[in-house]
Amino acid sequence: MLQQVDRVEGLQRVNDFVVKFANVNGSGSASANSLFARAVLRMGVASTPRNIFPSNIQGLPTWYEVRVSEAGHLGARGGGVDLMVAMNPQTWDEDVRSIVPGGYLFYDNTKPMPASKFREDIIVLGVPLTEMSNAAYSDPRQRQLFKNIVGLGALATLLDMDVPAIEQLLSDQFKGRDKLIAANVQALHMGIDWVKANMEHPIGLRMRKANTVGDRIFIEGNAAAALGAVYGGATVCAWYPITPSSSLAEAFIRYTSRMRLDRATGKNKVAIVQAEDELASIGMVIGAAWNGARAFTATSGPGISLMQEFIGLAYFAEIPAVIMDVQRSGPSTGMPTRTQQTDILSCAYASHGDTKHVLLIPEDPHECFEFGALAFDLADRLQTPIFVMLDLEIGMNERLCQPFTWDDNRKMDRGKVMTAADLDAGKTFGRYLDVDGDGITYRTYPGTHPSKGAFFTRGTSKNRMARYSEEGADYQENMDRLLKKHRTARKFVPPAILTKAAEPTKLGAIYFGSTSAPMSEADEILTQEQGVTLDLLRLRGFPFGEEVEAFIAEHDKVFVIEQNRDAQMRSLLINELEIDPKKLIKILHYDGTPITARFIAGGIGERLELDKIVPLRKVVS
Amino acid sequence: MTYLAKPKLHHPDLQKNALGFTRRDYEGPVSTLCAGCGHDSISAAIVRACFELDLPPHRIAKLSGIGCSSKTPTYFLGASHGFNSVHGRMPSVLTGANLANRELIYLGVSGDGDSASIGIGQFAHAMRRGVNMVYIVENNGVYGLTKGQFSATSDKGAKSKRGVVNSDEAIDLVGMALQLGATFVARSFSGDKAQLVPLIEAALKHEGAAFIDCISPCVAFNNHEGSTKSFDFVREHNEAVNALDLMIPRGEITADYAPGTVEMVTQHDGSVLRLRKLHPEYDVHDRIGALTYMQERHAAGEMVTGLLYVDPNPRDMHAHLKTVETPLNALDDAALVPGAKALEAINASLR
Repeated sequence: MLQQVDRVEGLQRVNDFVVKFANVNGSGSASANSLFARAVLRMGVASTPRNIFPSNIQGLPTWYEVRVSEAGHLGARGGGVDLMVAMNPQTWDEDVRSIVPGGYLFYDNTKPMPASKFREDIIVLGVPLTEMSNAAYSDPRQRQLFKNIVGLGALATLLDMDVPAIEQLLSDQFKGRDKLIAANVQALHMGIDWVKANMEHPIGLRMRKANTVGDRIFIEGNAAAALGAVYGGATVCAWYPITPSSSLAEAFIRYTSRMRLDRATGKNKVAIVQAEDELASIGMVIGAAWNGARAFTATSGPGISLMQEFIGLAYFAEIPAVIMDVQRSGPSTGMPTRTQQTDILSCAYASHGDTKHVLLIPEDPHECFEFGALAFDLADRLQTPIFVMLDLEIGMNERLCQPFTWDDNRKMDRGKVMTAADLDAGKTFGRYLDVDGDGITYRTYPGTHPSKGAFFTRGTSKNRMARYSEEGADYQENMDRLLKKHRTARKFVPPAILTKAAEPTKLGAIYFGSTSAPMSEADEILTQEQGVTLDLLRLRGFPFGEEVEAFIAEHDKVFVIEQNRDAQMRSLLINELEIDPKKLIKILHYDGTPITARFIAGGIGERLELDKIVPLRKVVS
Repeated sequence: MTYLAKPKLHHPDLQKNALGFTRRDYEGPVSTLCAGCGHDSISAAIVRACFELDLPPHRIAKLSGIGCSSKTPTYFLGASHGFNSVHGRMPSVLTGANLANRELIYLGVSGDGDSASIGIGQFAHAMRRGVNMVYIVENNGVYGLTKGQFSATSDKGAKSKRGVVNSDEAIDLVGMALQLGATFVARSFSGDKAQLVPLIEAALKHEGAAFIDCISPCVAFNNHEGSTKSFDFVREHNEAVNALDLMIPRGEITADYAPGTVEMVTQHDGSVLRLRKLHPEYDVHDRIGALTYMQERHAAGEMVTGLLYVDPNPRDMHAHLKTVETPLNALDDAALVPGAKALEAINASLR
């Protein structure tokens, strides 16, 4: 196979390429793959991995795609693979097809493959991984696991990676278990030595040390959101396992087992219940929050559907609840392991009757942490459900992001709670009495006072004093106050972030969540390759603030970029801000893969061509 | 009507309990249920039990689902916080409330539709988690608010008011509670206050999952001939296995009874259950025996009532979860928020 290297001119790229690992689910490849992504980071170059996996435990194909980008692009690049590490015979043909012309195919050549299984326009790199691993180890499990590390060593040499950095990662990973470290380092060098002795190296794709990572951290959004819940003071978590949110609850279990352990007694300053279903999860959250604890659940779209009735109760009875929704492709079971932004409307208007809810939409793990903590303050302040809208792309992939920060002077905002002292001081208490005029009323926790402040919480209509009432006037007053409260929420929801183009433009783009990274890159492509300049507005929550209305008003055309079929955010904008639909142009991506910069730039470019909008810069020049 | 409060003026000679409260202080507004409804008798029994146990009303949280029975928490314990939640979902709301503050007493009120039909899943899971609560099902075998449809506890062969015969097997909530690990299981009858009040008292003092299935005839839709939940039918077929008194010991309890006729059970909190055995062979600590006995007697057409099972030393959900003694809702920033320094260490581990 090595002769082919001479025939085809391979891609020549430094610190800017896409490597994809094709594996079999359950083969122990995840750890070696993650080491690769981290080793790139340790060389000071941004790397963004993506797990592409089926709904399966063992046997089906999985992929791990790593984008290496010194320029710092964190979104999926799209457009084929530069180096395919093909370790799964099941998907061989498909994997080989996905390599770009001039790209590289790395494979285990222990067993010979017929020539028809390759392509002539790629460079094939065969390394006898199984042979080496079988010769060195007798235990089948060890053979399997170390084969992955031997492969990592081979790959590192071909890409000219920093070997000490990988050794350091191994010793960090197996800290205190020196034998394991030594065994892994040995396997790593087996791969290194073989490539050095038998292959031309490095190949055209190569790594060079840089300094673009800075003090950024590398973590999954689900773990970050769970840590946010710890810092937000959550004491009750009720959840039901569902991909892609299970790892959020599990991260909360992991963090609290250390951070919420009362060392004196060995007891927990937290209660975590794996409920029987999503209805029970949200019921427990509502019960706990009614009783003054900070409570949350983590779920995905099908869970949101099941929780609808309870969410209406929490809205109408005004009970704080935090719901972390890690979105996946729907409807129904849909593609449960693929990403989408598809619960925007089902969360914004969750439940029957007239409802509107508060959404927080993080772009990356840093904001997952921020909003994960903020959600509890907002829930208490606004006494209503707060949705933190992650998606699988952010939630289940490690992502480079700004480090977490915390101000030790920050205190939990428990909102308007009347205490026994307030009641004794003679303050008037009416559970649904709007004394401050902001639509937010005072509540008491059960058990507060022997004779004052008790009230009945119900999903039926009531008057200001929380007494059952079917009077139309009482009902309407209450519904109007809830609307007022929703308007008040605009002050508390993180405002949208505006990025102005270098020169004035009448074109704008609105985007949110995991579209953030590819949007920045698309903006560069549009500016550099098509001469199109856009003002950008990243939504971070709902209800929309005045800055969103202003942005749309100031631009002639606004592209709304979303990862769903029905342009849900666009519908929400049109409905809530009474925008002329013609003004908001859909750019929609919904095949379950994460949206890419190329897709966005292509989509906007096409629309501009169709609409014959001449970009300002072209007119001027 | 519920918005009509009862007069606040009380007779000056009304008996007061150790906290200085009269029975009226444990009541709520006037009930809106039908005159003669069994549920109102249960409300009255709850009022009496809380009064007699000297419970501070505001330290009780009362929760319910949807239906006639679930309306009743409005009509008792007016000084307690109440929560009328979603149909069939009271158990999860109560579970959450209990997680937040382990120091209050949780009283869950539900019906046969609410617990045995739409809410059977939540009923089951609250029992198996050992939530420290009193869970009362006001069981009338019928949907009242929607005008008389059968519920899942209607006996097979029972006849509706319109003459329809129920062909489905009945769900026995007592059997389920026993099977699922409830640590206090009883059945009673709304028309038997002498039996019901001490059972509620004992359940309130029980520090685990306490379940009372209380047959409570519906005067509007299920009190006719052919019904197996009518006043007449229950009176004729009621077979109590024991009679209970609850005693709060203020000194040593000495008793002098014929051997085998009375059993004293001391609960974890020190309260003593004095059980006068009406069926000498019945063992109130034998979970499996209780299940067998209930099924045998049911097959013979009897409705077994009384305290059916009790574990005097239950472990509750907080014991399983190893939560701190301080209620979770009382933990402050210092107890909960790890702070900037800990976060910096986490950042460092993620580079």
